[in-house]
Amino acid sequence: MTAAPPAALAAPGSRSPRRRRRGDPLFRGLTRAAAAALLGLVVTMVVLLLIAARPSIDAFGWRFLVTASWNPVTEQFGAVTPIVGTLLSTAIALAAALPVALGIALFLEEICPGPLRTPFSMAIELLAAIPSIVYGMWGLFVLAPLMADHVQPALQATLGRLPLLSHLFAGPPMGIGMLTAGLVLGLMVLPFIASVSGDVLAMVPRQLKESAYGMGATPWEVVRDVMLPYGRKGLFAAVVLGLGRAIGETMAITFVIGNAHRLSASLFAPGNSIASTLANEFTEADGDLYLAALIELGLILFVITFLILGAAQLWLRRMAQPEAGR
Amino acid sequence: MSGPSVKIAVRHLSFTYGDHRVLDDNTVDILEGRVTAFIGPSGCGKSTHLRCYNRMFDLYPGHRAEGEILMDGENLLDPAVPALELRQRVGMIFQKPTPFPMSIGDNVAYGLRLKGKISRTELNDRVEAALKSAALWDEVRDKLHEPGTALSGGQQQRLCIARAIAVEPEVLLMDEPCSALDPIATAKIEELIDRLRGRYTVVIVTHNMQQASRVSDRTAFMYLGRLVEVGPTDQLFQNPQCKETDDYITGRFG
Amino acid sequence: MMSHVGRRRLTNRAVMALATGAAGLGLAMLLWILTDVAMRGATALSWSFFTALPAPPGMEGGGLANAIVGTVLMTGLAAAIATPMGLACGTYLAEVGRGLIATAVRLVNDILVSAPSIVVGVFVYLLLVKTTGHFSGYAGAVSLAILMVPVVTRTTEEMLRLVPVALREAALAIGCPQWRMTVQILFRAARSGLTTGILLAIARVAGETAPLLFTALNSPYWVRSLSEPTANLTVTLFNYAMSPYDDWRFLAWGAALLITGAVLTTSIAARLALRGGERR
Repeated sequence: MTAAPPAALAAPGSRSPRRRRRGDPLFRGLTRAAAAALLGLVVTMVVLLLIAARPSIDAFGWRFLVTASWNPVTEQFGAVTPIVGTLLSTAIALAAALPVALGIALFLEEICPGPLRTPFSMAIELLAAIPSIVYGMWGLFVLAPLMADHVQPALQATLGRLPLLSHLFAGPPMGIGMLTAGLVLGLMVLPFIASVSGDVLAMVPRQLKESAYGMGATPWEVVRDVMLPYGRKGLFAAVVLGLGRAIGETMAITFVIGNAHRLSASLFAPGNSIASTLANEFTEADGDLYLAALIELGLILFVITFLILGAAQLWLRRMAQPEAGR
Repeated sequence: MSGPSVKIAVRHLSFTYGDHRVLDDNTVDILEGRVTAFIGPSGCGKSTHLRCYNRMFDLYPGHRAEGEILMDGENLLDPAVPALELRQRVGMIFQKPTPFPMSIGDNVAYGLRLKGKISRTELNDRVEAALKSAALWDEVRDKLHEPGTALSGGQQQRLCIARAIAVEPEVLLMDEPCSALDPIATAKIEELIDRLRGRYTVVIVTHNMQQASRVSDRTAFMYLGRLVEVGPTDQLFQNPQCKETDDYITGRFG
Repeated sequence: MMSHVGRRRLTNRAVMALATGAAGLGLAMLLWILTDVAMRGATALSWSFFTALPAPPGMEGGGLANAIVGTVLMTGLAAAIATPMGLACGTYLAEVGRGLIATAVRLVNDILVSAPSIVVGVFVYLLLVKTTGHFSGYAGAVSLAILMVPVVTRTTEEMLRLVPVALREAALAIGCPQWRMTVQILFRAARSGLTTGILLAIARVAGETAPLLFTALNSPYWVRSLSEPTANLTVTLFNYAMSPYDDWRFLAWGAALLITGAVLTTSIAARLALRGGERR
């Protein structure tokens, strides 16, 4: 900071008016080129994936999206199983993580004693930084056996006896499968959603909270009636960002989902997601059509995340504008 | 008829957080149905004093009030007095308007719904009555379903007053309610305070001495956490008893 | 019969207890993972872990020295590519770009921050592996760089926007050209924030596996050149953990601890950099 003014003073010397005239356009041009490269990167990505997926697109057309078979031997490929697996594991993850994440955020902002707040929120943020492969590995070696030995039999003995739910919990309790994958995934996005939600709740102005307390509201009523509605946009963003992460996540899932190209009603059965299919089969795909089908899967995943995240970002911006003007 | 009775009797009120002593032995009587203003240089503790009346400091660990605040003879600082009910009897208005993230109608109905089950028609009647008392009804009658944040700053502050008086509190606390408003909106709020006189016991904190002299019946001057002087507003401004008060109102410091 | 306010108090207490329980559960689960990784990993970390090449299954000893070197090299190269690129994009968004194009760049960048890393791996495979005919460390580094750029871009924009307008105006008022103002004054004022952004980006990609699977692949040998399949910790971890051999799984826990430790250390360093900047 202290050295900056002299450097700045040296700039406008009469010595280099021409250099200055060239300096700024060059500077702007360079940053514009970088920005253009960023846009170009995404365009190249889509185009390259499209070209490489072409054999599969030509061979299967729209049927690719509605066919469940995945047979490298007969070269019949359909995306239904991995798409369903992706959506299902993501749904389980969000269902499991969201209530807990909101609880953590609520605890952090409203219950946690002052001196513990910083270390606690720091811990949550650091946990969000743990690589996903570590979650996956832990899921395989620690959570999966636990699920097989205790959780899944218990679920079968309770919820599994209910007439409509019995299909969901059918089959041998193997530990690995859709449910375990969803839970590991949920655990992975948990700290992320919790820390973003905590930030959102922390942004509620103190006077707004105090005026709700001033009306005689309980802490929970202040949260429910004032803090959550006030931060609903940010909370929505937190959920969508968590969703975006979960849907394209590879390593947390690949270890425990079971990697079977089978559609099953049971949450205990092994399944597949787009990302885990790619991780497992991409380097082993021998036929051109096989590889193209895998790349088309990647393209579908890219388009899904792009649409979800893009829609969320646009929505957030539209919501943010009228308020900013006020 | 004798003079108005004492609504709140503050006795030897001290306030500390951590090692800070913010209020030191404050003693003052707040008269029923009158407007009492607290003035003093910023940081003198007038807001803190006000926030003891509805135990807002309960929210913050380490904040402690000692002494007594007797409202109709009952000590508000006694932990046995439940804060939820107390705050329905003592409403509060803040420096910045704080409309809740809900519709105008729901804002005003909020306290009523907290209080207990209430029929639709009674709710509507009381929302309308509160908005009329806050001189806002004519401006919002056609847009009760619009968000409270859609109003102008001055309207928002009157909405907050309507919200506070909808539950018919006994006391209304105002913590510099006009500091975020323009002169026209300020004049409207002052007019409103004048109309609330008699129905409610109003305690207002202000850094603006002209405002205190315009709206209040009695004024208290605070300095460095001490309650220096309290008396009828005219007397305090024209004939202050203490030198510190005189110095402050003549602009020698603060 | 309970009073209305009594019910409200009870609801409040129940919700707060649930929230505390959720916080306890969440924290316990996450601490459970960390302690598992630490305990199991610690026994695998030895002198040979850091110095030796992997041993075939069944043989005693062996380490992941080559994978450590490979990961460090590729992450370093990725940072070298992504830092200038991200700084330039962030500067564009904060200082140069206006209107629709800037909005589009910002939107695309926000999406790229959360783009699935495995698809980036597929893309780089098509771009650099298929065209050259072989897997390479360079391809791995490019994948990681693509994941880093949006992170650096976003923090750069945010940090530059935090610099007061007055500082810009003061510089421009004495005739300082925009590029000097940006590079010598804004960057300097936002230095700690920019460092944080770069460190966070490194922390993000250092533990990435998916983008390396089809680019750097893996290798049991020392890294001689980044133009061939390159050993790295995460893919090694993946292969070892999925293998049927106990001693490989044992090493995998060591790798997990090492990666987790490195990533968390970098994250903490990133936050300390920001705090140090605030204090100044």
